[in-house]
Amino acid sequence: MKILVCISKTPDTTSKISFDSSGKKFIEEGIQYILNPYDEWYALVRAIELKEQLGGEVHAIHVGSGSSDMVIRKALAIGADIAFRIDAEPIDSQFTSTQIAAFAKDKSYDLILLGKETIDYNGSEVGSMLAAMLDMTYLSYANKLELDGQKATAHLEVEGGVEVVETNLPCVISAAKGMAEQRIPNMKGIMDAKKKPLEVLSPVPYTPTVEYIQFILPPSKTQVEMIAADDIDRLVSILKDDLKLF
Amino acid sequence: MIIVFLEHKAGQIKKLSLEALEMAHQLASTEGISYKAMVIGNEVLSPNPGNYGAKELIRIATNEKLSSDQIASVCFNVVQSLQPKYFIAGLSTLMKGIGGQIAIKTQSSLISGVSAFRRDSGKSIFKKSVFSGKAFAELSPISDKTVLTVMANCFNSTIKSEELATENTMTFGIPSAKIQSIETRLIQGKTPLTEAAVVVSAGRGLKDPSNWGMIEELADLLGATTACSRPVADVGWRPHHEHVGQTGIAIRPNVYIAIGISGAIQHLAGVNNSRKILVINKDPEAPFFKAADYGVCGDLFEVVPKLNQAIKKLKN
Repeated sequence: MKILVCISKTPDTTSKISFDSSGKKFIEEGIQYILNPYDEWYALVRAIELKEQLGGEVHAIHVGSGSSDMVIRKALAIGADIAFRIDAEPIDSQFTSTQIAAFAKDKSYDLILLGKETIDYNGSEVGSMLAAMLDMTYLSYANKLELDGQKATAHLEVEGGVEVVETNLPCVISAAKGMAEQRIPNMKGIMDAKKKPLEVLSPVPYTPTVEYIQFILPPSKTQVEMIAADDIDRLVSILKDDLKLF
Repeated sequence: MIIVFLEHKAGQIKKLSLEALEMAHQLASTEGISYKAMVIGNEVLSPNPGNYGAKELIRIATNEKLSSDQIASVCFNVVQSLQPKYFIAGLSTLMKGIGGQIAIKTQSSLISGVSAFRRDSGKSIFKKSVFSGKAFAELSPISDKTVLTVMANCFNSTIKSEELATENTMTFGIPSAKIQSIETRLIQGKTPLTEAAVVVSAGRGLKDPSNWGMIEELADLLGATTACSRPVADVGWRPHHEHVGQTGIAIRPNVYIAIGISGAIQHLAGVNNSRKILVINKDPEAPFFKAADYGVCGDLFEVVPKLNQAIKKLKN
């Protein structure tokens, strides 16, 4: 079983988000970067569990500059065997997909796993694009994944419930909460990670298909209207007249 | 020309698809181009897309229930043969899976989760939420074709005409399914959280799962879907599918009512795109009040039952 896990780095959830005055550039100063939780907790850990169960290798791939090496080492500490970094700052999701597809196309992976989204751009786009570029089947938002021979069975989050599906490997699967339990790297893992290979590769040429015009911060909430706890009449009138709920 | 992909359940067009149709209508009139709807299946559609402005409906006739890879193939064929400037669909679970595939296979730009658009210097610029609701990005497509997926509850669909859409059938060879559906387990009776216009949500402040009756009662009175915060789902007080927030489901209802939830940043990340937020919490320092439009600082065990009583009285 040869599994590729796509890992991304994202600002920590608690980060204050700001942009320069042109609105074009995200201000990185003071930002703490983490391994994207969906990639780490679910996709990577499930890949490692499958390797423990079935044997094989887990490869991690990241598209980013040298400043990402910290989060890549974490993936190695959790249990990936080898990591690859495409040395380029991602411009958009198709850029990232193009780079990963170019890397993976002749490597005969049985399974490519990634988080259902990154918590910064929330696009859910890379998995879908990557699958199309590699001409592989794509299962999105899986919260459970089992392999049996060349068959994958997954529980997918759909509107209002879960759909159980089967498909043949190789395929690309995006991971949602529930696919695995978070693992904290132990001391041995952290020491081993320093010796594991982290290969740096050059990006392939790319022509963007979308232009980022600007980023905008949402208007700050106007002052919250506080209603006294015993003023049920006002509360009812808000629900009925302002919000028109009944 | 614009093609709008309609999703339906036994012929009933999904609300999100009608919102996609509304966006297509607005974009078409802004750019001075036409739009048509497309649907897969033989079912008679309700409502008729003509009522919502689509003069033509392209029908891909089939009696089979197609898998997502087959639907992607059909959409690819439609885009390849009709070459629309925009292919628009609601950002449903299906489209999260296949939107990127359609874009790549048809050499289109992809902008997913569009919440608004504007026109500037002859370009259409599309807005979407990023950084888990903490910012917006504005993007403009570069390719001559673009796949757009529309965020729920952003475009209000309205009836525009009594005319029915003219139907035209298109036929393609549909490849055999690569994904087999074994079963679908749906939670009965309620509008799914991702589609709900009103959500009543509760957290640790409820103290015990047996206290949820009043939350469910309020939700019933308001026609709302119930949700919960992460700690409550983690300890098993409520099912995981109700968990909204960063790691749970991100929602965007018109009204979000949060009861006994402090409003940790991870929770806010999943709900802060709600149009209006009402918070009921006894802690005046609860961070949720800063993100709220309306706040009640009080004991939920007193406020909620009284509120339910008052609503019931008014409804009768």
